[in-house]
Amino acid sequence: MKNFAYTRPRSLGDATEAAGNDGAQIIAGGTTMVDLMKIGVLAPETLVDITGLGDLEGHAVGTDALQFGALARMSKVADDPAVIEAFPALSEALWKAASPQLRNAATLGGNILQRTRCPYFRDTAYAQCNKRDPGSGCAALDGGKTSHHAILGGSEACVAMYPGDFAQTLVAFDAQVMTRGPGGTRTIPFAELHLLPGDTPHVETVLEPGEIVTAITLPRIPAMANSHYLKARDRESYAFAAASAAVGVEMDGDTVRDVRIGLGGVAATPWRARAAEDALRGGPLNEETAREAGRIAFEEAVPLEGSAYKMPLGADVVAGALLTVKSRIGGE
Amino acid sequence: MSKRPPDLRRPGVSRRGFLQGSSVVAGSLGLAAGEVRAAAAEPTSDTRNIEIKINGKTRNMSVEPRTTLVEALRDTLGMTGTKIGCNQGQCGACTVLLNGSRVNSCLTLAVMAEGGEVVTVEGLADPSGDLHPMQSAFARNDAFQCGYCTPGQILSAIACIDEGHAGNEAEIREYMSGNLCRCGAYPNIVAAIVQVRDSQQG
Ligand SMILES: Cc1cc2nc3c(=O)[nH]c(=O)nc-3n(C[C@H](O)[C@H](O)[C@H](O)COP(=O)(O)OP(=O)(O)OC[C@H]3O[C@@H](n4cnc5c(N)ncnc54)[C@H](O)[C@@H]3O)c2cc1C
Ligand code: SF4
Ligand code: FES
Ligand code: FES
Repeated sequence: MKNFAYTRPRSLGDATEAAGNDGAQIIAGGTTMVDLMKIGVLAPETLVDITGLGDLEGHAVGTDALQFGALARMSKVADDPAVIEAFPALSEALWKAASPQLRNAATLGGNILQRTRCPYFRDTAYAQCNKRDPGSGCAALDGGKTSHHAILGGSEACVAMYPGDFAQTLVAFDAQVMTRGPGGTRTIPFAELHLLPGDTPHVETVLEPGEIVTAITLPRIPAMANSHYLKARDRESYAFAAASAAVGVEMDGDTVRDVRIGLGGVAATPWRARAAEDALRGGPLNEETAREAGRIAFEEAVPLEGSAYKMPLGADVVAGALLTVKSRIGGE
Repeated sequence: MSKRPPDLRRPGVSRRGFLQGSSVVAGSLGLAAGEVRAAAAEPTSDTRNIEIKINGKTRNMSVEPRTTLVEALRDTLGMTGTKIGCNQGQCGACTVLLNGSRVNSCLTLAVMAEGGEVVTVEGLADPSGDLHPMQSAFARNDAFQCGYCTPGQILSAIACIDEGHAGNEAEIREYMSGNLCRCGAYPNIVAAIVQVRDSQQG
């Protein structure tokens, strides 16, 4: 690891200023940062440790909204009975991620901003990676292995997959991100936080230099209470998703009043399957409509040689998650 | 954009490097201690003095910002009970308790633990030398073979019960999944945890 200067500001203003300097990067739980610094993918000149900003650690489940400080730890939020009751999929997305040790260190703010696991991005022995070194090419698309790459939202410059789990629940349930930057505070719809790779895969979010995520909020909607996060992975636990779905359903008798579907393990950014939601809204939810929704969710997918398996798998995961939720509602 | 296909066999792309890059094969990662440790630190004046309470004793040390907690424990303080396996957050060999929570000390910067409290395997036995109940249970149940993963397993196992995630064997396996054991001692590790859980309840 290259050496760096280290600072631990005590106020948000100081942190924003320090993080805005050239060569500075923010560190929270450090589980992405330290990992990528060790393997030489990142080499900041200064690390701005924001864990001294204790105000950002809490979270609250209110009647109208759920609020999470950027420094809330994954494990703490996942285990909170109020969160489990209000929004089971969110708790599941957190505890099915990483390991207990990582979840104790990792923060929600760091989680949504975690970097891709593309093996070529993570291995500096490969010269070609537009994300790591803009304009250098893409080792994955240029004859590499693409089994863990995006089939939705990729570009000719980069097909890296967004690897996280938690973000699927946020994108599907209209979360918002509060930030504090050099220009003051702002609120960003979660769906607009991450950018598609396009020609500039090295620019991953709309955040400005020095802009710090302070909180994540979600309006409380009925579909949250009947929600589920289904994660298909190569091993039973402690692995990134091969395909996953965060779903929530609100029924009005036999008719779907509201449905939310977020997809993971398959897309370049946290992905909302709006066309599949639209197909279900206003109709019945059964095996047939759930399978059709799964098919629609991947209608626009562009499978690569190694990742074609994600299409049928992803469709099954969407259908499976919907039917699990349906059976739970039925059991009430 | 270059159209040259990447040559997977070219020198510099080691099999190990490739494995590290790919998260899905984490389970097959061996515990090759030391191999991927940072190259010997070049001398620098940018060190910091930090204070951490380790196993109940306040320790002062001088570290570079890039020093990880496990390096501070092993190299700076000579406390080698905590092991380094993957050095990437994947195997759990480096598990310690930091302010009461189990974490991977290989992904924790020592400077970020400043002012905190750390418990390592060296701090588990009581001062008279009696083993911690979890240490005894591991011994009784043959919950190890080579023993390399054991310090991390034991700290993780203690935390697993404290967190309330030892309800049944499936839950124990899920909440011990951050600790890999290349020798495959898993069934006996679960048995040891069940025994300690039951004795605490009884
Ligand atoms: C072995 C391993 C397995 C994993 N498995 C999974 C998995 O299955 N599912 C999953 O979802 N994740 C997984 N992860 C990723 C893990 O969840 C993330 O590393 C973690 O959530 C990041 O949070 P952190 O607080 O440690 O972030 P850090 O490492 O501190 O930061 C991550 C990024 O966010 C930036 N950042 C952090 N906080 C802020 C803020 N408040 N404002 C602005 N920028 C900020 C940092 O600059 C950095 O770019 C795994 C990680 C490892 C090492
Ligand atoms: S897919 Fe993206 S991250 Fe991976 S090698 Fe290509 S440019 Fe780099
Ligand atoms: S050494 Fe493997 S997790 Fe830290
Ligand atoms: S790795 Fe040998 S006992 Fe676990």
